[in-house]
Amino acid sequence: MDELVKIEGLTKTYGNKQALNSINLTIPTGKIVGLLGPNGSGKSTMIKLMNGLLEPTAGSILIKGNELGIESKKVISYLPERTYLNNWMRVEELLNFFYDFYSDFNMNRALDMLASLNIDIKQKLKTMSKGTKEKVQLILVMAREADLYILDEPIGGVDPAARDYIIKTIIKNYSESSSIIIATHLIQEVENICDEVIFLSQGDIVLQGSVDEIREEKGKSIDALFREVFAC
Amino acid sequence: MPWEFDNSKPIYIQLVEALQFKIISGSIPIGGKLSSVRELAEEAGVNPNTMQRALAELERQGLVFANRTSGRYVTEDEEHIKAIRKQYAIGKIQEVTTALIQLGYSKEELLDLINDNL
Repeated sequence: MDELVKIEGLTKTYGNKQALNSINLTIPTGKIVGLLGPNGSGKSTMIKLMNGLLEPTAGSILIKGNELGIESKKVISYLPERTYLNNWMRVEELLNFFYDFYSDFNMNRALDMLASLNIDIKQKLKTMSKGTKEKVQLILVMAREADLYILDEPIGGVDPAARDYIIKTIIKNYSESSSIIIATHLIQEVENICDEVIFLSQGDIVLQGSVDEIREEKGKSIDALFREVFAC
Repeated sequence: MPWEFDNSKPIYIQLVEALQFKIISGSIPIGGKLSSVRELAEEAGVNPNTMQRALAELERQGLVFANRTSGRYVTEDEEHIKAIRKQYAIGKIQEVTTALIQLGYSKEELLDLINDNL
């Protein structure tokens, strides 16, 4: 089995707070994986570690057998939770920016998606609604022909119709030669598109498995199971 | 609009049922071509791997067949479709009768009730 992502003994502490406790995880190619957990469970820490934005306290992360660095950044397309795009830029400027930056950026794919949402590429980001901004960001990320897409809360701030569109965009652009990790607490919205889910709780993986096997075994949805496991 | 799913059952089983229904109800005609896995997955709002699994199950049941070069088609075997349609009808009737017999109706009462309301 190929190993697109291989995480071993990954640990991160902030002062005396343990954010991740020796996580082991392998993600093969061709999967959509839901990274689920309540607030403060370690989702964002894990994602930031995979993108090299944080240094692990211990453990290792290999992407296609390489340690994090230029090679891993080339193949990972990352949608952060918060925007890092410049508000004063027009969509067409952002497109050129991404095109210059990433050799795998597919301009036609991006233009097609923008056109299907009637987003004017002359428009500046700062004049857009929050939902439209999120769509633009997702389009930029999904228009790359990457091996691994890491999406941190991709449907957080958008209305239900836009969520459907975003889910569709993810399905449409996903290919068997890539994998997608979606971190979210909006489980109901993403469970139908995930092959596998990982439940994180206080820095540990408490459940991992195929969505349909879990549904079959437990006789309930991942969403219902999550509410049970993390009942307050 | 994505398809509606029952939360307690595996998704691929529900996809099999939904596609079976499309075939026996004729909304995908006999011998008709199915959309691609990706198009169907997008329409339903599900993972393409799950849709693939559901289509493989329909192939196993002989309701659809794959042509290596041009995609998947509904079977031309009208009898087979009719048989599956009948199975579906029997399933529905059993659902209703089981529930009503539990309510205390006798078989004769049920038959009369069905006749009156048909």
